[in-house]
Amino acid sequence: MDEIVCKLLVIGAGPGGYVCAIRAGQLGLDTVIVEQGKLGGSCLNVGCIPSKALIHVAEEFEILSTAASGQSAFGLTAASPKIDLGKAVSWKDEIVQRLNNGVAGLLRKARVKIVHGQARFRDGKTVVVETETGARVIRAEAVVIATGSTPIELPFLPFGGDVISSTDALSLAEVPKRLAVVGGGYIGLELGTAFAKMGSKVTVVEALPRLLPLYDQELTAPVAKRLAELGVEVLTNAKAKGADRGALRAETAEGQTKKIAADKILVTVGRAPAVAGLGLEELVLDMDGRFIRFGERCETSMRGVYAIGDVTGEPMLAHRAMAQGEMVAEIVAGLPRAWDKRCIPAICFTDPEIVSAGMSPDDARAAGLDVKIGQFPFNANGRAMSRHGERGFIRVVAQADRHLVLGVQAVGQGVSELSAAFGLAIEMGATLEDIAGTIHAHPTLGEALQEASLKALGHALHI
Amino acid sequence: MGEHIVKLPDVGEGVAEAELVEWHVKVGDIVREDDPLAAVMTDKATVEIPSPVEGEVLWMGGEIGDTVAIGSALVRLKVGVEDSSSTPAPAKPEPVAETPAPTKAEAPKPEARATKAEIAPLAPKRNGAPTAPRRAAGEKPLASPAVRLEAREAGVDLRQVTASGPAGRITREDLDAFVARGPDGTRSSALARKTEIAEIKIVGLRRRIAEKMALSKSRIPHITIVEEVDVTGLEDLRAALNKKPSSERPKLTVLPFLMRAMVKALAEQPGLNALFDDDAGVVRQHAGVHIGIATQTPAGLVVPVVKHAEARDVWDCAAEVSRLAERARDGTASRDELGGSTITITSLGPLGAIATTPVINYPEVAIVGVNRMAVRPMWDGRAFVPRKMMNLSSSFDHRVIDGWDAAVFVQRLKELLETPALLFVDA
Repeated sequence: MDEIVCKLLVIGAGPGGYVCAIRAGQLGLDTVIVEQGKLGGSCLNVGCIPSKALIHVAEEFEILSTAASGQSAFGLTAASPKIDLGKAVSWKDEIVQRLNNGVAGLLRKARVKIVHGQARFRDGKTVVVETETGARVIRAEAVVIATGSTPIELPFLPFGGDVISSTDALSLAEVPKRLAVVGGGYIGLELGTAFAKMGSKVTVVEALPRLLPLYDQELTAPVAKRLAELGVEVLTNAKAKGADRGALRAETAEGQTKKIAADKILVTVGRAPAVAGLGLEELVLDMDGRFIRFGERCETSMRGVYAIGDVTGEPMLAHRAMAQGEMVAEIVAGLPRAWDKRCIPAICFTDPEIVSAGMSPDDARAAGLDVKIGQFPFNANGRAMSRHGERGFIRVVAQADRHLVLGVQAVGQGVSELSAAFGLAIEMGATLEDIAGTIHAHPTLGEALQEASLKALGHALHI
Repeated sequence: MGEHIVKLPDVGEGVAEAELVEWHVKVGDIVREDDPLAAVMTDKATVEIPSPVEGEVLWMGGEIGDTVAIGSALVRLKVGVEDSSSTPAPAKPEPVAETPAPTKAEAPKPEARATKAEIAPLAPKRNGAPTAPRRAAGEKPLASPAVRLEAREAGVDLRQVTASGPAGRITREDLDAFVARGPDGTRSSALARKTEIAEIKIVGLRRRIAEKMALSKSRIPHITIVEEVDVTGLEDLRAALNKKPSSERPKLTVLPFLMRAMVKALAEQPGLNALFDDDAGVVRQHAGVHIGIATQTPAGLVVPVVKHAEARDVWDCAAEVSRLAERARDGTASRDELGGSTITITSLGPLGAIATTPVINYPEVAIVGVNRMAVRPMWDGRAFVPRKMMNLSSSFDHRVIDGWDAAVFVQRLKELLETPALLFVDA
């Protein structure tokens, strides 16, 4: 059997795995990466990137639809706009393909060897990869498990036919007339909103009392309002029960069975670690529920075996995986590193967008901290007004005594791009005075961050 | 408005290139006509390059230590700068970016704080005894990612570090202070650890010396002979000669006598007054004895040369040594005066120690080192008598000088110096 010996083996070429491999290559480590699908993982192929492409298409189409219906606030008109979803999907596919090639190029440049196939542990140092040309044995001093996650399937709503996952939703041939979304988390709402904008009649079924349960109600209220405007029906405290011909069967809050007519049923009830077939049973790895238990160096319970990204649990975010991957590569190269990040910003690309970095007011209070909160609404921000996106606000959470910024949240049109400023402020240990004392360019949405800080200090200027 | 390119002028004596040893300007500086731009060094001499025009420095043609060819661009100046901006202003306004960072004392004060009393302990003075970090158990130390990384690489647990920044932020200075103080934090400031490393670029004369020494030691297998010389007689003679006060005659040191002794000895052993061109495989024996005198100057070691010592008497030798040493020390020695030796003397005077291992002045084949003179008890056959003794430590190129010849030379020097009358007798 063909055998490869290397210093570092990375299993999975998603954002965590490929970043780990690139960094390892930069550090001169002899590195091999194994991927059974396409380079880039869920993020690049069936997640972050393609969903944002489709969301963009939906936004553009919605502008036309609004104009066509004569509701444009600033006098735009359009005549019977149409959407060719097939074309939109091929445009999206082209972006994905360019990024696939980009990742391959980066790995090559870092002299990382790419092996395509399904990896299976034989022991903690040895992995067998079933490739198209036969099995290859790879022996490595260090192994990184970066196999990511897959959409969770409900037993009573198995994927197939009209029951689709987020992956399928990104490659539909045409816009479904009626779409039922099971699960009101960020994936379901991002896609549900996009399809609503493209013309679907969307119904969201959420088992909990409200949408986006990970965010507080202040942040989610503008999203709920917008969903209502888009004609999205939201059933909270409702449980999906199964699919009948052309309909989703659900039990409402009142305990009644409701049939929701649906051409497609999109199930987005979470993601589970993708460890099946990996042969983890050959290792003696401590688990944490379904996830791999890991330490502050992303080490597992086995020496020389590391885990990064979605297999290590929530938050399942590409940028967390990337930071973990970079760190592990440096650890394997012998550098002193440990996880010491203060915040991992999270974004919902809903309409409007939600950003959360660091602690929310509730988080801080739960941690027993006295907080000062400054909130500045976008309806008092010139740029937000001029781009017709007055809904939402920026909120700064700071420790009451020393004014240390603990968290920044925002909801509003285009606020995803502000996440960089929020993250930097928290990671640098900024105080309210630091943000208030930084000149923020006018007219931008970012001014609301400065104003929110000023407000927490008691002297906001523009409200 | 225009641009003026200042080229490296011909700094004379047929040199094709020069080494940049100092910049007097930086990009953005306004220079006036004749302001010095840079200093360059040729084989031996350092030359200041003045600005021919007034203007603003746009570009500089090299870094210190670079070798620049004659005629190549040294500095580009923007000329025709408006008078209004440049007349009364200082000649070299500092670029804004280089204003010094605010010191600790000027650190921004959080004015808007509700309760100032709470803030005070968060900014402890670093010069006092270290206070315990005021951080709740389990709380993450507050520091920027760069400081966190630096701490990790230095093996410092940031939880131990006292913070001086706003909100209890650990600054780079806090970390540096902690590292300097040591992990126990109890070290007194009088015995503080020092971790800084000063980097001194070896340029100019120092680099020449370094190259020359390395060349000599790597190519020449040195043989060193140390011999003691009874200079009581010589000292008596010297004292007698120096007693007669004279304005035109210099005071005599031991050196001119040694030089005369070398002239005499070399006449018998011309193979030692030679340059060995080892690349060509040729030894060039010189009839004229040109004695280099290793001389310490503020800039480093230079070797002015007493030309044709065979044609100079002791007085003349003494005068020439003192003239050259003076010119070497004040930096006015010409290239000619600093080159062309065929053998060298090195003397550290009162610092001369008991013995040294002199490094031959490549491509010469011999060097004579003078050690410190001291009164030592010597056995004269019946008793110990106090004698003025001085050692000579001489090195020879063993590729072309055999130990026997070297020893004969040293013995001849000893003989001549112990009986100085021999110096004045033509044998």
